[in-house]
Amino acid sequence: MTTAVSNGGPSKLTSYLADETRFAHIDKVLDRRGPWTDERFIGGQETKDFLRTQSKILVIGAGGLGCEILQNLALSGFNDIHVIDMDTIDISNLNRQFLFREADVGKSKALCAAEFVMKRVPGVKVTPYHGKIQDHPQSFYAQFNIVVAGLDSISARRWINATLVQMAQDDEENLKPLIDGGTEGFKGQARVILPTVTSCYECSIDMLTPPTAFPICTIANTPRLPEHCIEWASVLEWPKVFKDKKLDTDDPDHIEWLYRQASARAAQFKIEGVTWALTQGVVKNIIPAIASTNAIIAASCCNEALKIATACAPFLNNYMMYVGNDSVYTYTFEHEKRPECPVCGGESLTADVGRDWTLEKFIDSLIARQDLQITRPSLSTSRGALYWPSPPDVHEATKPNLEKLLLDLLGEEDGITVLDPALPVSLSITVNYV
Amino acid sequence: MTAAQLRVQKDLTELELPTTMTTHFPDPADVLNFTLTITPDEGIYKGGEFKFTFAINANYPHEPPKVRCTQKIYHPNLDLEGNVCLNILREDWKPVLNLSSVMIGIQYLFLEPNPDDPLNKDAAEDLRRNRDGFVQNVKTSMRGGTVRGESFDRVLKA
Repeated sequence: MTTAVSNGGPSKLTSYLADETRFAHIDKVLDRRGPWTDERFIGGQETKDFLRTQSKILVIGAGGLGCEILQNLALSGFNDIHVIDMDTIDISNLNRQFLFREADVGKSKALCAAEFVMKRVPGVKVTPYHGKIQDHPQSFYAQFNIVVAGLDSISARRWINATLVQMAQDDEENLKPLIDGGTEGFKGQARVILPTVTSCYECSIDMLTPPTAFPICTIANTPRLPEHCIEWASVLEWPKVFKDKKLDTDDPDHIEWLYRQASARAAQFKIEGVTWALTQGVVKNIIPAIASTNAIIAASCCNEALKIATACAPFLNNYMMYVGNDSVYTYTFEHEKRPECPVCGGESLTADVGRDWTLEKFIDSLIARQDLQITRPSLSTSRGALYWPSPPDVHEATKPNLEKLLLDLLGEEDGITVLDPALPVSLSITVNYV
Repeated sequence: MTAAQLRVQKDLTELELPTTMTTHFPDPADVLNFTLTITPDEGIYKGGEFKFTFAINANYPHEPPKVRCTQKIYHPNLDLEGNVCLNILREDWKPVLNLSSVMIGIQYLFLEPNPDDPLNKDAAEDLRRNRDGFVQNVKTSMRGGTVRGESFDRVLKA
């Protein structure tokens, strides 16, 4: 049995695919050299064939950035696109994640995005994976030429970065350029990471800013912003009034109470702008996702992907930051490799330790380090566990070590291995007594 | 430290077990050998307390952990010697899986015994042919009774 296709679909599709002007605008940069084009660039049919028939690109994340990235790649002529996302569609995504419709709520982002792009851009093949990036082995990532990440999670970025660096270290044939985009409100960044060659994501982990905390004296005595009043209500007033009852930021009654307290304080200090939504935003640390920031960052990422795939122009070296809060501002610089980077650096990490330090003090010093960004480390030496926070039996057995001197615990040894849920690799730390 | 030890440290310190599962380390200095106790809170095996030993070798995670049940249990996917039939412990093992996946997988066997892939053919046949009879047999066996002429260990939670 044959299925009738409406609107003379096949012939329309065939003529569309055969239309040589389809990529006319992209062809302008692929057919000729530009002022900064590398001399090895050949251009013309060979370059176009590679882009359109051979290159294989992976997009990580099909959310705010991912939707834009998939659209841009498909319209630039990438024809073998793969997309992975573990998430399902929420109604609050629909204002900016334009590949999804109301009927898609609850379905897989990767699957819906792939289906939509294939329907809308005839000829492109998008292969979806609904799941976690961590569930795929290195052999999966080895099949792609380029990886573009539009993620909202630091730990996922650390993981894919460490995986691609590891692959390049094991076999330089397996060097996969990673283009990483990220947005937060009106700010964003796009960067190109050539694993083992340029600085990697972990090299710049100390640039992550901790969530904005207001000085407690300002909150208590001299509030100037609506946020100060809300922080006063949640940090100082709530524990005073409710003692041991924990603030539940998902409970509307709790938010309501904070809102009323903050409003009264704002009135007292003649501060405007305390609203229910802001109260919720401040206590839950919500930063609104902005569609135009995603569009700008995704455009930059896909521009880099096109340049890397075709060599039609030099690609970004290597970090572009965008700030849209007060104007349209970008700044591009070369972020340098960190020699002691736990992922791509060759040098081992050292920690200066006092001879009178207990293990507990040493662990606290690790947690405080900006260049590690860890929260719940477990420590071992070649002789076994030094301190593990879990499982319970090992925790019980190693807990007494916390009060002992590091010097006594280590003896002749000076190497400690540290793991942490946030760390994509293990850390070897050399202790240096000062 | 060896790759296996590093990976075991990662797996164990990041374990987030439900209240129905606990680990026990007879020698906390030897993290490659431990036991897992499962106390299902629903399903046919509710009320029982099931113990498994985990032995991890130097090739982990390229090889799965060796897991055995220390009790004699009437279950389609466990034989009378304590061997466990779970796909991810054999043919479907991948290094991206971890100890958590194995533990969750074993617990699942108690919630959904699978008669299509049996190690104890008699139990599997009972489950397929007569579910009510199978449930009775499970109850009898968990009390330390005899099913089909075979006596089982008492595994009721104290």
